[in-house]
Amino acid sequence: MPDQENSVVVENLVKRFGTFVAVDRLCLEIRKGEVFGFLGPNGAGKSTTIRMLCGLLKPTSGRALVAGFDVARKPESVRQNIGYMSQKFSLYNDLKVIENLHLFAGLYSVPRDKLKERIEWALSMANLKGQENLITGTLPGGWKQRMALGCAVLHKPPVIFLDEPTSGVDPISRRQFWDLIHQMAEEGVTVFVTTHYMEEAEYCNRLALIFRGKMVALGTPSELKRDSMKGELLLIECEPLSKALEALQSAPDVSDAAVFGNALHLVVKDAAEAMPRMKQYLAGRAIAVNRIEQIRPSLEDVFVSLTTARDAAEEVKA
Amino acid sequence: MSLTRLLAVAKKEVVQILRDSRSLFIVVIMPATLMLLFGYGVNLDLKHMPIYVFDRDGSQQSQDLLKRFQSSEYFKVVKVVDGYPAIARALDDGHAKMGIVIPWDFSQRLRDGGPVQVQALVDGTDDNTANVLIGYAQAVVQGYSAQIQLDWLRQHGQSLQPAPLSVETRTWYNEDLESSAFIIPGVLALVMSVIGAFLTSLTIAREWERGSMEQLISTPVSAMEIMFGKLAPYFVLGMFDTMVCALIAIYWFHVPFRGSFVTLLISSALFLVVVLSLGFFISVIAKTQFAACQIALLVTFLPAFLLSGFLFAIEQMPVALQIITRILPARYYVSLLKKIFLKGTPTAMLYGELIPLAVFAFVLALLATRSFHKRLE
Repeated sequence: MPDQENSVVVENLVKRFGTFVAVDRLCLEIRKGEVFGFLGPNGAGKSTTIRMLCGLLKPTSGRALVAGFDVARKPESVRQNIGYMSQKFSLYNDLKVIENLHLFAGLYSVPRDKLKERIEWALSMANLKGQENLITGTLPGGWKQRMALGCAVLHKPPVIFLDEPTSGVDPISRRQFWDLIHQMAEEGVTVFVTTHYMEEAEYCNRLALIFRGKMVALGTPSELKRDSMKGELLLIECEPLSKALEALQSAPDVSDAAVFGNALHLVVKDAAEAMPRMKQYLAGRAIAVNRIEQIRPSLEDVFVSLTTARDAAEEVKA
Repeated sequence: MSLTRLLAVAKKEVVQILRDSRSLFIVVIMPATLMLLFGYGVNLDLKHMPIYVFDRDGSQQSQDLLKRFQSSEYFKVVKVVDGYPAIARALDDGHAKMGIVIPWDFSQRLRDGGPVQVQALVDGTDDNTANVLIGYAQAVVQGYSAQIQLDWLRQHGQSLQPAPLSVETRTWYNEDLESSAFIIPGVLALVMSVIGAFLTSLTIAREWERGSMEQLISTPVSAMEIMFGKLAPYFVLGMFDTMVCALIAIYWFHVPFRGSFVTLLISSALFLVVVLSLGFFISVIAKTQFAACQIALLVTFLPAFLLSGFLFAIEQMPVALQIITRILPARYYVSLLKKIFLKGTPTAMLYGELIPLAVFAFVLALLATRSFHKRLE
C-alpha cells in the first residue's frame, strides 16, 4: 500500500555477507520531499543500504518500501520510480554527453514527445548546454557528477538515491551540486544521499548516523548537535598542542579530547564550571593557554563522540 | 519486453563498437586476415618439395630418371651433390625433404636386364609428408621403369598388351584436390567464434569491471532487454562478416559455391546464436575481461580450430574424441559449410547438421538468459 507521507520506509532491514553483518536491523522513515543524509565512515554499510533500497541487493531479512513498492518483491516498479547514482562514476566514458542522456532517456522510457524537453532540462540543470558533443570521459569531475545526476532524473522520479555523489569533486562543484539537490527537493523529490563529508551533512534536512551497520543517531543536524553530545564542548587554544592533548586525555572530568585544526575540543559535563579548572590544570603542567571558551558542537564533534562512545561500549562488552 | 529500452541499449553498443578501434579491428580486419592467412598460409598440398640428388652413375639413363623427378610438379631438385654427407646435412638442416641416390652400376644393370634399386632417403619428422613423398617417388620410378619395359618390347618387335585392370578416377566436389577449397569454408566458423564469443564476452565483462552495469541495472531495463540489446549489434556484425568471408572465398580464392546461399545464412545465424549465447554466459560468470576472453577462446575458438573437422578429419580421430566432437556446435557448422560450398547438398539433406545446431542455439540462448540477473550478488 503506497504511503502518502513517506517515500521510503525501512523496517528491520538486515544484510549479511556470510557471517559479516553489513546492515543491522535498520529502521527509517523518510518523508516526501526530504533531503535525507546517511552519514558514516567508509564500510559502515551506507552503500549496502542504498543498493538494497534500489533493488540491486536482496535484503537478508526485514522490509523496505520505496515509493510505495517493496524492494524485494517489486524491484522493477521501484526502479521506474527512482533515480540512482552509484558511488563510482559509471556513465559511459566513451559516449558523448548527449549519447549518455539519450541512452538513459531510452532506458527510462521517456516518451518521445517529452524527450527533447527532458534532455534540454537535464542539460541546463547540469549546466552542460553547449557541451553536448563532448566525450564524457574528458569532462572534469564536477561536470561528470552533475551529468550523472541529470541522467538519473530524466524520468522525473519521485525518489533519488545518491551514493557519495560528491566524492573527489572540488568544493565549488560540490556546493553547486548541493544547490541542485535542494532545487529538486523543493520540487517535491525525496533525496536520499550518503556522504562522509561532515559539512555536507549540514545541508540535509535530517540525518542518520550509521556506524558498523547500525544506526547510532537520527535527527535534524541541530537536534543531533543539541542532543547527542554527552556533555558540553570546550575549545582550547594552547601550546604545545600535543603535550596538552596527552595531559587532557587523562584529566578528571574530561570525557573526550581531540585535535581540531590548531585547537583542542574537550567534552566536559559542565562547561562554565570546567573552564577555570582546565586553565589551572594546564598551567600546572607548564602549558600556556591562549584561549578557552565554550562552543557549539559541530556534526563532526557529535559523530566522533557517538562513535567513540560506541567503541568504548563494545570494548566493555568484549 | 520494451523495444524502446532494447533499442537504447543496442544503439549505445553500436556507438561504442564504432568508437573503439580494437573492436572495430576485430570486426573489420580480422575476418579478412584470417581468410588470407588460411587461404595462403595453410596449404596441405605437397608440391615442389626440395630434393637433393647424388648420381653415382652419371649415365644417360640416370640423367633420364632425374629429369623425370625434375619435371614432376611434386619435386624440385635443388642441388646435385657428390656424396652422402651432403645429403645427410641437407636432411638435417631441412634444405631437402628427400635425397635420391642412383647406384654406380645403374645403367650397366639396366642393360643387363637385372633389377636395379634407387635409394631414397626421406626426412620422416612429419610422417604424413614422408609417406606422401615416398609414394610420389615410387610413382616417378615406376613411370620410368614402365618406359624402359615399353622400349624393350618395341625393340623386340612386340606390341604392348593393355594392362588387364586399371582404376579410372574421377574426383567430385573438389575436382582439383586443392586443400584451400577444403580449408577456406571452415574459416567462417573461426571468424564467427571470435566475433561471437570473444568480442561479446569482453563487452559485457567490461560493464561489470567499469561499474556501468550497476548503473544500467538500477534502471527499469530488464535482463532480457540488456541481453538482446547488447547482442543484436554483434549478430548483425557476425552476419555481415559471414557474407564478407563467403565473398572472399568465392571470388578471391575461387572456392566452388554450389549450395543455397539462404541455407548458408540460416546455418550461420544459428551458429552465431550459439557463440553469442556462450560469450554472454561466460561474461556473466567471469565478470572480468581477462578471465572472460580466456575462457571464451578456450571453449569456442580452440574446439572450432582443432575438433570441428576444419583442418583435421573427424573420421580419423580416436573414437573418444569423435564422440566429444558431437557436443561441439562448431562441428556441425563446419560440416554444413563444407557441404554447402563444395557439395551443394540440398537443404533437405542437411537436417543432420541443422537440427543439432538449432538445438544448441536454443539451449544455449536459454542458458544465457537464465544466467543473467539484475542483482549485484
